[in-house]
Amino acid sequence: MIKGRIHSLESFGSVDGPGLRYIIFLKGCDMRCKYCHNVDTWNPESDMQYDANELLDKAERYRAYWKNGGGITVSGGEALLQIDFLLELFKEAKKRDINTCLDTSAQPFTRNEPFFSKFEELMKYTDLLLLDIKHIDDEEHKKLTGHTNVNILDCARYLSDIKKPVWIRHVLVPGITDNDEYLKKTKEFIDTLDNVERVDVLPYHSMGAYKFEELGIPYQLKGVEPPTAERIKNAKDILGAV
Amino acid sequence: MRDEWRSFKGVKWVDDVNVRDFIQNNYTQYDGDESFLAGPTEATDKLWGRLQELQKAEREKGGVLECETEVVSSLTAYGPGYIDESMKDLEQIVGLQTDKPLKRAFMPYGGIKMAQQAAAQYGYDVNPKYEQIFNEYHKTHNQAVFDAYTDEMKTARHTHIVTGLPDTYGRGRIVGDYRRVALYGIDFLIAKKKEDFKNCGHGDMSDDIIRLREEITMQIRALQGMKEMAKIYGFDISQPAKNAKEAVQWLYFGYLAAIKTQNGAAMSVGRVSTFLDIYINRDLEEGTLTEEQAQELIDHMTMKFRMVKFARIESYNQLFSGDPVWATLEVGGIGMDGRHMVTKNDYRFLHTLENMGPSPEPNLTVLYSSALPEQFKKYAAKISVTTSSIQYENDDVMKPIWGDDYSICCCVSATQTGKEIQFFGARANLAKALLYAINGGKDEKHKDKNGKPMQCGPELAPITSEYLDYDEVMHKYDLMLDWVAGLYVNILNLIHYMHDKYYYEAAEMALIDTDLRRTFATGIAGFSHVIDSLSAIKYAKVKVLRDEFGLATGFETTGEFPKYGNDDDRADEIGVWLLKTFITKIKKYHTYRNSEPTTSILTITSNVVYGKATGATPDGREAYKPFAPGASPSYGAEQNGLLASLNSVSKIPYEYSLDGISNTQTMNPDALGHTDEERAAQLVNAMDGYFDRGAHHLNVNVFGTEKLLDAQAHPEKPEYANFTIRVSGYAVKFISLTKEQQDDVIARTCHKRL
Repeated sequence: MIKGRIHSLESFGSVDGPGLRYIIFLKGCDMRCKYCHNVDTWNPESDMQYDANELLDKAERYRAYWKNGGGITVSGGEALLQIDFLLELFKEAKKRDINTCLDTSAQPFTRNEPFFSKFEELMKYTDLLLLDIKHIDDEEHKKLTGHTNVNILDCARYLSDIKKPVWIRHVLVPGITDNDEYLKKTKEFIDTLDNVERVDVLPYHSMGAYKFEELGIPYQLKGVEPPTAERIKNAKDILGAV
Repeated sequence: MRDEWRSFKGVKWVDDVNVRDFIQNNYTQYDGDESFLAGPTEATDKLWGRLQELQKAEREKGGVLECETEVVSSLTAYGPGYIDESMKDLEQIVGLQTDKPLKRAFMPYGGIKMAQQAAAQYGYDVNPKYEQIFNEYHKTHNQAVFDAYTDEMKTARHTHIVTGLPDTYGRGRIVGDYRRVALYGIDFLIAKKKEDFKNCGHGDMSDDIIRLREEITMQIRALQGMKEMAKIYGFDISQPAKNAKEAVQWLYFGYLAAIKTQNGAAMSVGRVSTFLDIYINRDLEEGTLTEEQAQELIDHMTMKFRMVKFARIESYNQLFSGDPVWATLEVGGIGMDGRHMVTKNDYRFLHTLENMGPSPEPNLTVLYSSALPEQFKKYAAKISVTTSSIQYENDDVMKPIWGDDYSICCCVSATQTGKEIQFFGARANLAKALLYAINGGKDEKHKDKNGKPMQCGPELAPITSEYLDYDEVMHKYDLMLDWVAGLYVNILNLIHYMHDKYYYEAAEMALIDTDLRRTFATGIAGFSHVIDSLSAIKYAKVKVLRDEFGLATGFETTGEFPKYGNDDDRADEIGVWLLKTFITKIKKYHTYRNSEPTTSILTITSNVVYGKATGATPDGREAYKPFAPGASPSYGAEQNGLLASLNSVSKIPYEYSLDGISNTQTMNPDALGHTDEERAAQLVNAMDGYFDRGAHHLNVNVFGTEKLLDAQAHPEKPEYANFTIRVSGYAVKFISLTKEQQDDVIARTCHKRL
């Protein structure tokens, strides 16, 4: 079996899919989001490696907590960078009747082969996606993450086409993503999709900043304060978030 | 049937004292949601407002508003007292411990020195005549215990290998069945006790019979005293309560009798919710009571439970910080016949935390089962999310042992209501015992008169190797635990003999069957540190650092080792081994009055004091740093999240630790969910899983570190006046903890991953 390169494992994921989730954080991400709070997952190398069955054995120790929803969520890093492993993991999970959720930025998404067929196959075993829309404006997206959002929005459309349930997540950063115009544009885009079960606004926090320092990477959002309760409510209202 | 019992069903409870039978025949299950609940009445708002002012004044005076120094407390020692004389007509339920609100009674029977110290600490001088009276004419419990202690016992006490003993404070943990006062009235209860007295022995005056006959007479006298006490407030409680208001009042008088005569560490109220619902329900049906009035009764009674105060000495406050009394009160649970016992009244009690805000007392406890109605679980969880004031205990593991009418007699320990008492026994410090095993019984902290390490335990050959060998340590630890268990049981035998003799709980015992069961509750401190230390010795390399006396005072551990709190069986099974080994050793000894030995893994806030008395341990815990509380994993040990930790704790078999396994967890609201409803739902998921796995107890806190830090820095902010947090087995107002304990709570909250 393929070994996944793991960053860490968390038994109690409470906001990462329906019910309580066992979260598998994978290593490696090509996005360079300024607000990243898991910057230590960027590097794809890892000493911690497990195959699908090893991980599912671990996860199943928490089955008692999964009565009302619950299951596994794979996050990262960017999980789709290890799509071969992910496919094996979700396939095995479905054999064991475990709910599967993929937390992704969709940055690796492309309709080109060999990725696309694998992704199509993966979707057969994926119950839900948590899809980040980092920024609705492509230029701003590039500034914020170092990447275009064109393929990301395309992924969202594809998922809508195949009616795959999605929760949209949007990180609210003062001065970057929280102006009303962008929020309204984001909402307009979301409204074109018919697979969105839920929208979450995640207020920016600087608690990941210390990791940048530890890794010697400059933190570009120094001085940016978390959004006020009022701005959070505003964003939630515009986006129709929970 | 008599008029007070109109429309009540059942047969057995009519002729004999049998409250359980009454409840089972008459309670009404409630499966709905909380929408029926009523807000606070104007009277409630006024009284609670006044009480908050008094609480503020109490805080500003350093923790004690006023101390009685002239009159020794008894059932009838003080005149009537009200929250506010000018608003006394608003009080639906009346009765205070003394003649003034929050004024602490003078209770010298446990020990005159302590009573004097407690008053002096807050600037009050006890009338000097009492020094003579209680030294020359009447012996106190404390004096009697020290009259009989051996040197070895005193040394063990001094080094804190056995610690927190109820020899300087009342043992508590005895729950009268206060419901009996309401259901039967005092006269019926006296008649029953008189029958018992008549049938006590056949004339041969053995020690047991003499003692019991004397005790029954004291109980009868206490029952008569309760009637007099009620008369002070204008009530005649000789007959059963006629309606809900009387039922609440009568029941409260029973409890008031207990707290006027005893200052036990824990003074639980018991399982009263479902019982009282029967009366409220009858009045609602008869149209003599509205929901607003019903809630008002419960609010006002709860207000009284929030006012219970005892004068405590400094060392007690260090053990049990924040002025707790453990007025523990249960809701929920499931009957032996499978019907859940949730009534509307269980909602009303939880709702007091909304009507009057968060509060540490009464210590509201949900007897949990995943089979409880979903609506009720969600409502309780919601109250946890917003107030952090509730604890949960697993009815599924307790019911097979204690039936369906047990009360929680302290923080987490079950006892059959009215049928059983417990001899409370504090804790043995098993982490220190491990150091004794390594150091040949010498204490790592205390020195003898010659400045050498004090020999406290048996003088076994110490371990002298540079690196600790697992088998050698285990062998010595086993021998040391034999010694600790024996000494510990004998200390407790002595304490409880003297407590019965000099500070007998006549009022509480009057409301318990004469023919009763007794348990003997020992306890373990340092649980997680022993597990991780033994795991380190087994799976890593532990080098011993010795001082100039050759005493192991530090450890250098290299290599990885599994830690308790990560759902790793290698570590968790050490915990199971430790528990089983200890209780097995305890059970070898004779226990006072043929009580049944039990043990617990719970420490209240005493984890700080116990840690302070204990040197560095091989798990990496530094010398004199706090232990993890109760059965909670050590700080920083949990690396796989909350559920992994819960899985570890849930492996500890309750059957071996019948006095309780306490676990405290703090969750950050943002990590738990986006809305309070979601948070509550996730909390229910976590608790369903945890308790289905057979765990015993969970304290749930929902707040972030920022809030704790801010409350520590700005205790004067109004929002922190009643900011309540759960610690091992009880709740406290955060701002009333010592700085050291606040730091401990903050440290434990901080280490959680983001």
